[in-house]
Amino acid sequence: MSPISRRKLITSGLAATAGVAGLTAAAKVAQHYGLIPPDHGGLYGPGQTLTYAAQRVLTTHSLAREFPRGMISKLPFANETPPPTDLFKRHQATGFSDWRLSVDGMIARPTSLSLPDLKSLPSRSQITEVVCEEGWSYIAEWIGTPLDEILKAVGALPQARYVVYFSTDGNWWDSIDMADALHPQTLLTWGMNDGDLPVSFGGPLRMRVPRQLGYKSVKYVTHLTVTDSVKHIGKGLGSPNPEGGYAWYAGI
Amino acid sequence: MGEGGRRVSSANQGLTVWYAAPVSAAGPPPNPDTPRHTAVVRVTHWITVIAFFALLLSGVEIVISHPRFYWGETGNVRTRPLFTLPIPSSRDTVPTGYGYVMPDQNGWSRSLHFQSAWAAVLTGLIYVISSLWTGHFLRNLFPVPGDRTWRAFWQVMAKCLRRAPPEEAEARSYNVVQRIAYLTVIFVLFPLVIWTGLAMSPAFDSAVPAAVNALGGRQSARTLHFMVSGFLLLFLVVHVTMVVLAGFRSRMRGMITGRALLPAERTLEHVGERP
Repeated sequence: MSPISRRKLITSGLAATAGVAGLTAAAKVAQHYGLIPPDHGGLYGPGQTLTYAAQRVLTTHSLAREFPRGMISKLPFANETPPPTDLFKRHQATGFSDWRLSVDGMIARPTSLSLPDLKSLPSRSQITEVVCEEGWSYIAEWIGTPLDEILKAVGALPQARYVVYFSTDGNWWDSIDMADALHPQTLLTWGMNDGDLPVSFGGPLRMRVPRQLGYKSVKYVTHLTVTDSVKHIGKGLGSPNPEGGYAWYAGI
Repeated sequence: MGEGGRRVSSANQGLTVWYAAPVSAAGPPPNPDTPRHTAVVRVTHWITVIAFFALLLSGVEIVISHPRFYWGETGNVRTRPLFTLPIPSSRDTVPTGYGYVMPDQNGWSRSLHFQSAWAAVLTGLIYVISSLWTGHFLRNLFPVPGDRTWRAFWQVMAKCLRRAPPEEAEARSYNVVQRIAYLTVIFVLFPLVIWTGLAMSPAFDSAVPAAVNALGGRQSARTLHFMVSGFLLLFLVVHVTMVVLAGFRSRMRGMITGRALLPAERTLEHVGERP
């Protein structure tokens, strides 16, 4: 073994300094361009950040695959969750005529929309696949109001960075960044396969984010919050999912 | 040249012929101080080992949440599977025939799976770029001219099946079967497992729909990902078995310190080299 030479010592020192400086600069740039997810901390933070940053660079505007009508699954799987609360059952009994979607946060006009209000906005129909993190999937036609149209109607402010969406079940909420919120295929869905969206599939109103796994498509949505930070909501991870180890960004 | 070198070595027993034996016998004998494996090969090898075990463990956990496999674009518990693993599931929605549901470990498993995938892919990139740069593939992995025949391949296989001890040359260089196995893992199985894995990403598929369509759909991609992982596991089992049979200590020493032989052996060898 030869002793470490001075040249080697200086080179390694310079390389280490350059590495640390490079990483710090990279983190700053990534933060500026919105490439750091809310769940960037912890043991798996590096992986979540790499995945989110890579997808934001690669896929900000790309469209999820849409399928021909003949590929709609004859046997879709609802993965039924019991619709929560007595309040939900009362809504169900009245055909969801009193169902409201309230919108607040960084918007010009805080609003509460009924289902007919939503349907009066420009709507979109698309045949996309629901992909569960467990591995199964099905294809259905989804009809709904693009979240983008709702954000336009309520006047979302330019500093908005996330849209947080809440289900009737207070423990079930999630959030997406503006790339997905403004994406034309992100729908507040009220129709499925030419009919109303069944309760088992999330009716009367479900957020569908087809470029992410199924767990981002929260059922029974009643409330949207537009915000520039999710730090103050729940544990500040953008969703309860990261508490169970599931990535906030589920586009993989 | 390679074959000629080996025939000499098997006909003679003495230390002096150890150097007659390198598989690629062309050129001057290597410097005994040249490491068996370069630092890049050793470091990337062990990072890959750690990442592979993490991927394997987390992959098994993810499969447990839905141990059914399908072909085509879609598949779920209401449709007919291509095959089902005879294991219980961590979801009560999956009909397994077992009366109980396993604990759900999907959360951390998925995070570990993708983080390890990043580690494996980035490490693989460093390995491939560095190997192209240094000529590692051409020099050490591409079969040498005399070995590019089925006969050479089967000779090694037959020797292995007879449980013949490894030739000394094989402590310094790979035989043709090893070379083909390693090239298959590096240039076929790893690219396939990355491709089929990426094809399951809904965001990646939105940018590159051909990635999943070319495989016949999302469920086909998942099934192929499982099968390619099986082949990688098979490689791992055979690889470790061969390391044990060839001499666990010397092969591990070679991959950890870079020295396949102990200093004493190297001295003997060095003496023997110049009679």
